[in-house]
Amino acid sequence: MNKTSFVDSSVKMAPVAGSTATVSRDKRETVGDIRVDHPRVRCNNVNVYYGDKHAIHNINLDVGNNEIIALIGPSGCGKTTFLRCLNRMNDTIKGCRVEGEILMEGQNINAREVDVVPLRARVGMVFQKPNPFPKSIFENVAFGPRIHGLAQGKADLEEIVVTSLQKAGLWTEVKDRLEEPGTGLSGGQQQRLCIARTIAVQPEVILMDEPCSALDPIATAKIEELMAELREQYSICIVTHSMQQAARVSQRTAFFHLGDLIEVGETEQIFVAPTHQLTEDYITGRFG
Amino acid sequence: MNTAPTPTPSNAAPRQRKPIEIIHAGLKKRHAAEMRFRLYGLIAISMGILFIGILFTTILGNATTAFQQTRIKLDIVVDAQMLDPDGKRDPEVLSSANYGAIVKASMNRLFPDVTSRRDQRELNELVSQGATYTLREMVMADTDLLGRTVTLWVPADDDVDMLMKGHMDRDAAEENRRLKDNQLAWLDRLEKDGRLEKHFNVDFFTNGDSREPEIAGIWGGVVGTFYTLALTLLFSFPLGVAAAVYLEEFAPHNRWTDLIEVNINNLAAVPSIVFGLLGLAVFINFFGLPRSVPLVGSLVLTLLVLPTIIIASRAALKSVPPSIREAALGVGASPLQTVTLHVLPLALPGMLTGAIIGMAHALGETAPLLMIGMVAFIVDIPKGIFDPAAVLPVQIFLWADSPERAFVEKTSAAIVVLLAFLMVMNALAVILRKRFERRW
Repeated sequence: MNKTSFVDSSVKMAPVAGSTATVSRDKRETVGDIRVDHPRVRCNNVNVYYGDKHAIHNINLDVGNNEIIALIGPSGCGKTTFLRCLNRMNDTIKGCRVEGEILMEGQNINAREVDVVPLRARVGMVFQKPNPFPKSIFENVAFGPRIHGLAQGKADLEEIVVTSLQKAGLWTEVKDRLEEPGTGLSGGQQQRLCIARTIAVQPEVILMDEPCSALDPIATAKIEELMAELREQYSICIVTHSMQQAARVSQRTAFFHLGDLIEVGETEQIFVAPTHQLTEDYITGRFG
Repeated sequence: MNTAPTPTPSNAAPRQRKPIEIIHAGLKKRHAAEMRFRLYGLIAISMGILFIGILFTTILGNATTAFQQTRIKLDIVVDAQMLDPDGKRDPEVLSSANYGAIVKASMNRLFPDVTSRRDQRELNELVSQGATYTLREMVMADTDLLGRTVTLWVPADDDVDMLMKGHMDRDAAEENRRLKDNQLAWLDRLEKDGRLEKHFNVDFFTNGDSREPEIAGIWGGVVGTFYTLALTLLFSFPLGVAAAVYLEEFAPHNRWTDLIEVNINNLAAVPSIVFGLLGLAVFINFFGLPRSVPLVGSLVLTLLVLPTIIIASRAALKSVPPSIREAALGVGASPLQTVTLHVLPLALPGMLTGAIIGMAHALGETAPLLMIGMVAFIVDIPKGIFDPAAVLPVQIFLWADSPERAFVEKTSAAIVVLLAFLMVMNALAVILRKRFERRW
C-alpha cells in the first residue's frame, strides 16, 4: 500500500506568494519541452473540429517510452478530445474531424487509410466510467485476445487472462470467481478489470480518461499503484482532474486551456515552478 | 455579517406571511389535486377491466355451446350392392357412390310410419350432410365395412343443434320456426330412445370450413394462420433487425438516412389495406404468385410488421449504453464484432418485444388479406405454403357474416381459439425473451 497520504502529496504545491510564472496570460503558444527523445507517439499540429467548432488548436506533443504523461486543465479544455485522437476514438463521434499528424513508429495513424482495428490494439483505452461487458470476468479479459486471435488454444488464452489479471492486481480478488459477471464487482475492481482487459492485448500505449473519477480514495490509490507498475512496460497517457493525482503518478504534465496546449514539462517543474501564468493560476486554484 | 435580518415591528410592512405559512395554505389544494389524479387513473383502469370482463364473458358465454354438438345415433346398413355394384372395391366407384341414400335409408328405418315423400324429406333434413361425408371416409378407409351394419353417432342438422341448445323457441308458431311440428315430434322420439345426444365437438377442432355449421371447423384457419405467421416471422424478423442494425450502427447520418427514417415511421401508420393492394399488384399480378396462399399472405404481413420491428429494434439498440460500444471498440473490435458480440445480445430482448407486438398485430389483420384473396371459402386443410388457406381472423369474419344461427356460437368459439393462439404465441415469446435476457 502506498504510504503517501492523499492530501499531502509527495510534490509540494507552489505557494501562491512565490510566483515563478514569467509568461503572460495572453500568450497562447505552448511553452516547455514538447519533444522527448525516441517518442512513442509524436503529434504534429493536431487540430480537432466538432462541426464548426474548433475544439483543439495546433497541438504538438510527444509521449515518451515508459512514461506517464498527465493531461490537466479545466473542464472543456480539450484534454479528453486530444486523448481520443491517439487511438482514433473520435472517429465514432458524429461530426468530429481530426487534422494533423500523429506518428507512431514513423507512421501517421491519423491517415484515413489506417485501419483502426490494429491501432486500437496498439493503443488501448480505459474510460472514465468503468465499463465491463455484461459477461463473466474471464470473458471480459479474454475478449481482446480472442477477437485478435492472439491465443493459440484454450490453455494459452487462460494464461493470458491470468497474467493480465495479475498485472492489473485483481487476480487474488477474483481467482475463485472468474465465471461471475464482471458487472458484479465493486467500482474499483471493475476499473481494474477494464485495465486487465486493455493490457490483455499487450498494447504499447494505454490511454486513461479520468480513470479514478468514479472511485473512492482506496480504489484510486490501488489504480495509481498499478499505473506505476504498468509504466515499466507501457506508455501511459492519463487525463485527470485531480492535480494531486497528476503530481503523484506522472513524470510529465501537459496543461491544456480552452483548446490550447499551454505548458508542457516535467511534472515537478510544472507543479513547483510553472512558467506560464495560466498554469500557475490553475494549479494554485485561482480558476478551474 | 451573516445574521438574518429580522423585521422589527416598527418598520414591518402590513404583516408579511412566512413561506411556510404560504406552503401550508396551498397544501390542501395540492393534495386534493393528487387525489383527483389518482381517482382518474383508477376510473380509467376499472373501465378497462370492466370492458375486458364484458368482452370475455360474452365471447366465452357464446362460445361454450360451440364445443358441443348434437348427434344422432344411426344403425347404418352399409349396402354393398348399392355402393359397389361390381364388387371390385374400386376407389373411384366407392368415392362417387350414393352414401346419402344409405344414411336416409337408416333414418327411414327408425321411422317406418313416415311414408309420404314430403315427410321423408323433412325427416332426412334432421341429419346433417356431414353424415354422408363421414360414412364415405369410413368406407373408403376400410372396405371391409361393406355389407355390414355400423352404429354411428352422426351430426344432426344445425337447426336440431340449435333446438337442443335452447336457441330455438319450441312454443313459437310453426311458421316462425325452422323445425316443423312433425320434426319436433320425431326428435322427441329420438331423444326418448337415447338416439339424440350432445357430444364434445371434435369436428370443430379437426375440420376445415363448411357451409354446414354443424361440420364447420377451425383447423383449416389454425393451420393457415400458423403457416402465414411462421413465414411472416421468418421474413420480417431478420429483415427488420438487419435494417435496424444498419441504420443505427453503420449508416452515415445524413439527409438520406433521415429521409429513410421518416418514411419508416410513416410506413408504420399506413392503413393496412394499402399493403394488401400493394401485395396484389406486386406479388400476384407482377410476380405471378398464386392467390389465397399463406406465402403471399405472409409477404404482405411482412411489409405490414417491418416498420414496427424496425422501430422497436432501433429503440432497443439505442438503449444499449454507448460505454459498451466504446469498451469493445477500445480494445480493437471491428464495428461488426462490436455489434454482433456485444450490442446485439443486449438489444435482443427489446427486439423480441417488438417482434411480439408486430406478430400480434399481424395475427389479427384481415384487411390486407382480403385483397390477396385469402378471404375465399376454403374447405381443405392447407398442406403447405402454396395451398389456398384461410386465417383465423378471416374465418371469424366469414362466419360472422353467415346467416345460419349456429354460426353465432362458432364465431365466438373461433375468437376464443384466436385469443388462445395469441396467448400461446406471447407465452413463447416471453419464454424466449427470458432466455436471452441477461440480468447482469
